[in-house]
Amino acid sequence: MSRKYSEIHVKRQAIQDISFHGVTALFAFLVFALLFGIVLSLFQGSLPAIKTFGWHFLWSSDWDPVQEKFGALVPIIGTLVTSTIALLIGIPVSFGIAIFLTELSPRWLKRPLGTAIELLAGIPSIIYGIWGLFIFAPLFADHVEPWINDHLGVLPILGPLFQGPPMGIGILTAGIILAIMVIPFITAVMRDVFDVVPPMLKESAYGLGATTWEVVWNIVLPFTKNGVVGGIMLGLGRALGETMAVTFVIGNAHDLSASLLMPGNSISSALANEFNEAVGELYTASLIELCLILFLITIIVLSLAKLLLLRMQRAEGRSS
Amino acid sequence: MLSLYQRRRIINALWLGISFLMMTFGLFWLIWILATLAFHSFDSLSLDLFTKMTPPPGSQGGLLNAIVGSLLMTSAGTLIGTPIGIFAGIYLAEYGQRGWLAPATRFMNDVLLSAPSIVIGLFVYMVVVLRMGHFSGWAGALALALLVIPVQVRTTENMLRLVPNTLREAAAALGAPRWKIITSVTLRASRAGIITGMLLAVARISGETAPLLFTALNNQWMSTNMNEPMANLPNMIFQFSMSPYQDWHTLAWAGALLITFSVLAINILARVVFRDKNPSY
Repeated sequence: MSRKYSEIHVKRQAIQDISFHGVTALFAFLVFALLFGIVLSLFQGSLPAIKTFGWHFLWSSDWDPVQEKFGALVPIIGTLVTSTIALLIGIPVSFGIAIFLTELSPRWLKRPLGTAIELLAGIPSIIYGIWGLFIFAPLFADHVEPWINDHLGVLPILGPLFQGPPMGIGILTAGIILAIMVIPFITAVMRDVFDVVPPMLKESAYGLGATTWEVVWNIVLPFTKNGVVGGIMLGLGRALGETMAVTFVIGNAHDLSASLLMPGNSISSALANEFNEAVGELYTASLIELCLILFLITIIVLSLAKLLLLRMQRAEGRSS
Repeated sequence: MLSLYQRRRIINALWLGISFLMMTFGLFWLIWILATLAFHSFDSLSLDLFTKMTPPPGSQGGLLNAIVGSLLMTSAGTLIGTPIGIFAGIYLAEYGQRGWLAPATRFMNDVLLSAPSIVIGLFVYMVVVLRMGHFSGWAGALALALLVIPVQVRTTENMLRLVPNTLREAAAALGAPRWKIITSVTLRASRAGIITGMLLAVARISGETAPLLFTALNNQWMSTNMNEPMANLPNMIFQFSMSPYQDWHTLAWAGALLITFSVLAINILARVVFRDKNPSY
């Protein structure tokens, strides 16, 4: 009797074990398949546009809902340019902050300051948008853009980039606000990788008489370069797909212009502004194809980031 | 001429000074944004916000329907996303030593974690809204759930990995089956961390606008029916601040203040929960 009971008991437990394993594996597979599901459904949705325009879609700057001619060039360039500006400003700032937090800050200040920078990432993007539109853009138009026109607009080759009416909204404003938004992400990764540099390496350099800066530049940075680049890519991934903040301040004009002060458009802001009002199969499909392009670019960038960070982790495993 | 030593000292001081400046630069934006929010919205904060509906332009009103809609969709999104994320996270941490599924899922999850939220919105639009034929609160909740999942997977896995293997071995030596070890030993030991992950996920989705744009849309009136288009704070802010009406702007600022401070409060709460339970962090 008792033997039989325990046999049933063991059997039941084995079944429970297998089903628990199965359920968790199922959910893991769900997460795994989600990405493919997204790509597939976007591809399906953009088929009409792909059939009509083919590869031409990628380098055509047309955007004419009336005649149903669409091309992705303007939003793609807008996305790339705003993200580049964001990185140009964001990288040095994040680097400075990460150095300050890991090497300079007194112990008791580390946590509050680190948390404060992380809170920048916590502020929702719509808040950056409304703040950018009502507070930052007017100030920028009144005080900064005239100065940019006068001083940077006269430079020999780069000049045309900085000439234009001081409107406040435009590619440059969007880039600056994106920079503020990516700073916490890049900083977080840099901080983490700087923290894993073996103290022995740094102490040896200090022992040889190196200054703090020399230790950072010659020891910390070379040791963590994969991680640093990975962090930058992660920030780039964020900047590429950022929607609401950009939509508020980029100006939403389907024009190509040489000047950074002029309004432009990015993939995500075109989607946010036009998708719900788009009429006609081709218009909708073109917007979905834009979304697909955005998603593919971010997947590539984020995969690179992940690979670099993995390599960094592996190197770390070997040295310790 | 400066000696080499002096030059190195000056370069050092220069760069460290710049690093300090960058730190203040970063803090400057945080303080500026928070101060603006407080300054612009303080006057518009009143009980009306929580008791009245969003008004037509030119009249008084509050944000009640938007607040209710946001709360409903955020909680539904969290309730759908969290269990899926926890189960997938358990698989990665506890069963993921062998096979291709775990590393592949981990990779995809990390990509999803930083994927543009507007893409998720459009995906849910294609899969749910088009099929159902109309915008709905459920579609919004689903889009938010898809944003919760990667956060929850990541934290659950990380937290389970922190649990020392000796605990698992001790439970196994007592004859506990695997599922029991996981549910009543390792999950319980990492409870604080998993709750932290949940809070962070809630903080992330409660300010999200882009995924709701094509799913829940917006609603001028009160609706607690998740099958209809649903009002929500982020889209209300978007719509009102893009409008030309002054009193809509005021309401948008009030909404912005509400969202920001609740998100920041949840963020800080998450840190406190985690620190209390894991003093070593």
